[in-house]
Amino acid sequence: MPSLRIVLQVFVLLIGMTASTKAGPYEEALPKFAADSYADTETALSAIANSGHARALTVVEALRDGRLLLGAGQVYLKEVSGTLIDVATGQAANPTGNLKPIRVNNRVRRATEAALGSLTLLSADPATRLNAARAVFRSRDVAALSALERAIAQESDVHVRDALEGARAAIILSKPDALISDKKAAIEILEARGDQQALALLTTLPSDAPPELVKAAGDAAEGIQTRLAFWNALQNVWYGISLGSVLLLAAIGLAITFGTMGVINMAHGEMVMIGAYTTFVVQETIRGYAPGLFDASLFIALPLAFLAAGTVGIMIERGVIRFLYGRPLETLLATWGLSLILQQGVRTIFGPTNREVGTPAWMSGALEVSGLSLTYNRIAIVIFAFSVFAVLLLVMRYTSLGLYVRAVTQNRRMAASMGIRTNRIDALAFGLGSGVAGIAGVALSQIDNVSPNLGQGYIIDSFMVVVFGGVGNLWGTLVGAMTLGAANKMLEPYAGAVLGKIVILIAIILFIQRRPRGLFALKGRAVEA
Amino acid sequence: MTTQSVLDKQSIVVLSLLAAVAVLVPVLNGLAVPGSALHLSDHLVPLLGKYICFALLALSVDLIWGYCGILSLGHGAFFALGGYAMGMYLMRQIGPRGVYAHPVLPDFMVFLNWKDLPWFWYGFDVFPFAMLMVLLVPGILAFIFGWLAFRSRVTGVYLSIITQAMTYALMLAFFRNNMGFGGNNGLTDFKDILGFPLQSASTRRVLFVLSVAALGAGYLLCRWLVGSKFGKVLVAVRDAESRTRFLGYRVEHYKLAVFTISAMLAGVAGALYVPQVGIINPSEFAPANSIELVIWVAVGGRGTLAGAILGALVVNAGKTWFTGALPEFWLFALGGLFIFVTLFTPRGILGAGQGLWERAKQMLGSKPSRSSFSGGGVVP
Amino acid sequence: MSAPVTPTLLYLDDITVSFDGFRALNSLSLAIDHAEMRAIIGPNGAGKTTMMDVITGKTRPDQGTALFEGSHDLTVLDEAAIAELGIGRKFQTPTVFEMHSVEDNLLLAIKDKRGPFLTLFSRRTTLERERIEVLLERIRLTAHRYRKAGELSHGQKQWLEIGMLLAQEPKLLLIDEPAAGMTDQETADTAELLRDIAKTKAVVVVEHDMTFVRDLNVKVTCLHDGSVLAEGSLDAVSANERVVEVYLGR
Repeated sequence: MPSLRIVLQVFVLLIGMTASTKAGPYEEALPKFAADSYADTETALSAIANSGHARALTVVEALRDGRLLLGAGQVYLKEVSGTLIDVATGQAANPTGNLKPIRVNNRVRRATEAALGSLTLLSADPATRLNAARAVFRSRDVAALSALERAIAQESDVHVRDALEGARAAIILSKPDALISDKKAAIEILEARGDQQALALLTTLPSDAPPELVKAAGDAAEGIQTRLAFWNALQNVWYGISLGSVLLLAAIGLAITFGTMGVINMAHGEMVMIGAYTTFVVQETIRGYAPGLFDASLFIALPLAFLAAGTVGIMIERGVIRFLYGRPLETLLATWGLSLILQQGVRTIFGPTNREVGTPAWMSGALEVSGLSLTYNRIAIVIFAFSVFAVLLLVMRYTSLGLYVRAVTQNRRMAASMGIRTNRIDALAFGLGSGVAGIAGVALSQIDNVSPNLGQGYIIDSFMVVVFGGVGNLWGTLVGAMTLGAANKMLEPYAGAVLGKIVILIAIILFIQRRPRGLFALKGRAVEA
Repeated sequence: MTTQSVLDKQSIVVLSLLAAVAVLVPVLNGLAVPGSALHLSDHLVPLLGKYICFALLALSVDLIWGYCGILSLGHGAFFALGGYAMGMYLMRQIGPRGVYAHPVLPDFMVFLNWKDLPWFWYGFDVFPFAMLMVLLVPGILAFIFGWLAFRSRVTGVYLSIITQAMTYALMLAFFRNNMGFGGNNGLTDFKDILGFPLQSASTRRVLFVLSVAALGAGYLLCRWLVGSKFGKVLVAVRDAESRTRFLGYRVEHYKLAVFTISAMLAGVAGALYVPQVGIINPSEFAPANSIELVIWVAVGGRGTLAGAILGALVVNAGKTWFTGALPEFWLFALGGLFIFVTLFTPRGILGAGQGLWERAKQMLGSKPSRSSFSGGGVVP
Repeated sequence: MSAPVTPTLLYLDDITVSFDGFRALNSLSLAIDHAEMRAIIGPNGAGKTTMMDVITGKTRPDQGTALFEGSHDLTVLDEAAIAELGIGRKFQTPTVFEMHSVEDNLLLAIKDKRGPFLTLFSRRTTLERERIEVLLERIRLTAHRYRKAGELSHGQKQWLEIGMLLAQEPKLLLIDEPAAGMTDQETADTAELLRDIAKTKAVVVVEHDMTFVRDLNVKVTCLHDGSVLAEGSLDAVSANERVVEVYLGR
């Protein structure tokens, strides 16, 4: 009903003009503070807030912070800098005698917040206006209505305007004497707003509300609930993808060492840990020598982590694993021993406690898309996980290293007789798998505690992913990671995090009985031999 | 089999040593004058008892790994379940002497504001029932798990990985308060067993002797199993599974049988362990524990039974010494042990000793005899 | 096909097995009679081993019929059940229980109850002991009875495995490349042993060694690309144009 709105706006404008021409409510209200009674303070507060006076905001803020002082019937304001000014004149003052802050109780405090909300509605800064709109929405202070109307009239920012209208709708809905038609319009606006708070407002209508209003509110609430459920599901999907990416990162190196080489590397988690500690060392160095580079620290850490973990991996392969090919159970035990040594080594060097790994500025904060909240570090990890996956896929498919690794995997002796140096390929492939685990560590240092136990937390999960997805198939690892991630997050709301995880573990154990070689198993004689 | 009723040399040595320990430890603790060089101080008795329980646990792992090639990385779970069954009995024995003095409910349940005893705690105040559960709970879990796994021919590292997942899932479950097993803290503050106070030296001596007896009995059971034709089939499965299948043996039935027996042995070990250390908590389910106990067997020499006992004692004594003297280095030492044993002495201490002995005999010119170790040893 | 009065011992019809799109067996049909010896030849990848896998229950065919003694459906039974029916198999590479003594290898193979409880309480009977003596003589390993099977020579392992097969008292023996890695004398001895066995039992031999196949002097089936290419006497099969082309070479 645009015509009604215009009429209303004109009306409000008129009131506003009369208020400012009279030029008195501010001064008239001030002496009420002198009584220092809660009721009077509140009346004064509301009058000042609606006065439109230039100093109104400063006064209300001062009241909130206990900087509005009383001395000999006069009201003074102590600025943050410490200077005293006379509230009535705005001049610096130097009163004699005792000054005491004007007392406030919860009621006054609430009123102050509401007043601040309406006062800052007209601020020049859009962010302040937005915050003010939200504050008013929460307080639903009828006194703020006029200021709100004024703000809506001159608001140019669509985003802020929506918030303002939402706040006005909230007030109108809870205002006993508002017109039913206005209230219905308010319900529509709230439904469009569609968040938890709007839902709360719509479901807590006063008991004496007219039936048609109750029905409209009920319908609107239902609509909001459906939409919220949708966004909630979407948010869960996102959490699932996000967890899946973490699992993918942790498991993808394992997919090479275990999946294509058949080597059980129980020290895989420690390769992730080495990557995370590399990040820590890089950041410490940057903090010490080139603080300006901090935002680039992760990019510097990536190649270093790859090298560090890859080198350790090659050393492990040359030093231990190559003597144990064809004896998977022994490999498992020996690499477990290595993992203990690596953990204790890191504990000895860096100490047993968590080390602080910082987040670059570009990774902090969150992207808000309608009902979704996507934190930037999670987004970065998802993108990063998929990039690593894609690169690895290309490496395995199109480079000679990938070709050789696949050749050695399928028929070691034939590959050797074709002139492939299988020893070297083993070492390089193991180094590649470990290096990838290292760069996973860089990413995981952003969301997990960097401690000597970091790797332990991932080892079972990564094995589950690889075993579930099917050995010897990178796509299987991707699907495995995403499925487990999603399943975990889908179960969490119903079963809780721990029980959800238990359910998943049991499901995988049962699944392996059905398909002992995973989701994407290779079939055929070669595999069974 | 002619050798079934007659004990072989190894068994005689093992049983004599165990008997000697069962006599000496209580005597040196109880009768020797405190302060004299011969006296075994009170805190050492439960410590040695703990080692003995670990030896029984190692024995159970050797039975399946050494003789049937099943590497379980979740055997700690069966140990812990046996321990919890015993812990539940001890918990109910506390009765009204708990902090909250509730006549029936253990303290942690009162603390959680529970009104009734959960159904799965029923009967645990009766000792024979609790002892039955010590065997049945690990046994049934192993049976179900094994039935699923072996039927679908999950073998090798896949089996190892899912056994690890099993114990991990159990650990997470037991950490939950509302599982009804004391959550994080587990079961502790035990008072007495069958009316005998757990803190008293004499009870501890008896528990020690019982543990040694259980170890001896477990050893004999395993020796009998592996000496029978059943045991020969197990080794056949270990060395050439499909050959065994094509001979007409249902490999999965054999694996299931030995896995279940082994789990029950582990459960007994856990049940004897709990009253001596005075606590059982979910960390006993930690996958790392289960892997560590595999190395005891490897150190001693798998596929020999006696090696498992030896390995458990040596590694745990080493652990006690290291964590006391050089705590920083224990994990280095343990990790190094894993690597050293797998790389250099795949047959363990006993296997290496046996190899030397056989070589010596050959040099002296005696013919290879009908070895009682047939079936022992490990295919490299 | 109407049911014959005495069913053929082994009857395969239209057996197809594929691995990820690759057809290892393509509508294979084969019949083996009681006490018949048959030699199977064919190039690598012809499906010889896969055929054995199907007969012994290791691989399930995608389609087709596999009957033993006319009534037992081999496509639904597992390895153990099929072995109990009386089908024994020797692998391409000799597979014996290396850590067991020669005698124990035979003991494990000897026809007896196979359940875990029964083996736990079983004791060696006089009859079994006698049977083992006879078998040891037959495979010429009496002198080595207490040695670990792993210590035997390659040829001795082959023979031990054949001995284990005999101990099972099967009706049908599937033997995969028995002559591989043997000396000429051993090869000739093996051929004789198999001919001897075939007097009472059906034997299917997969072999590449044409001299050995000639020594056996039996009906030959040539497989190619998962189905039967030619069947008949060795001379007839060797003369077949297609066989020469795909297998024997010109």
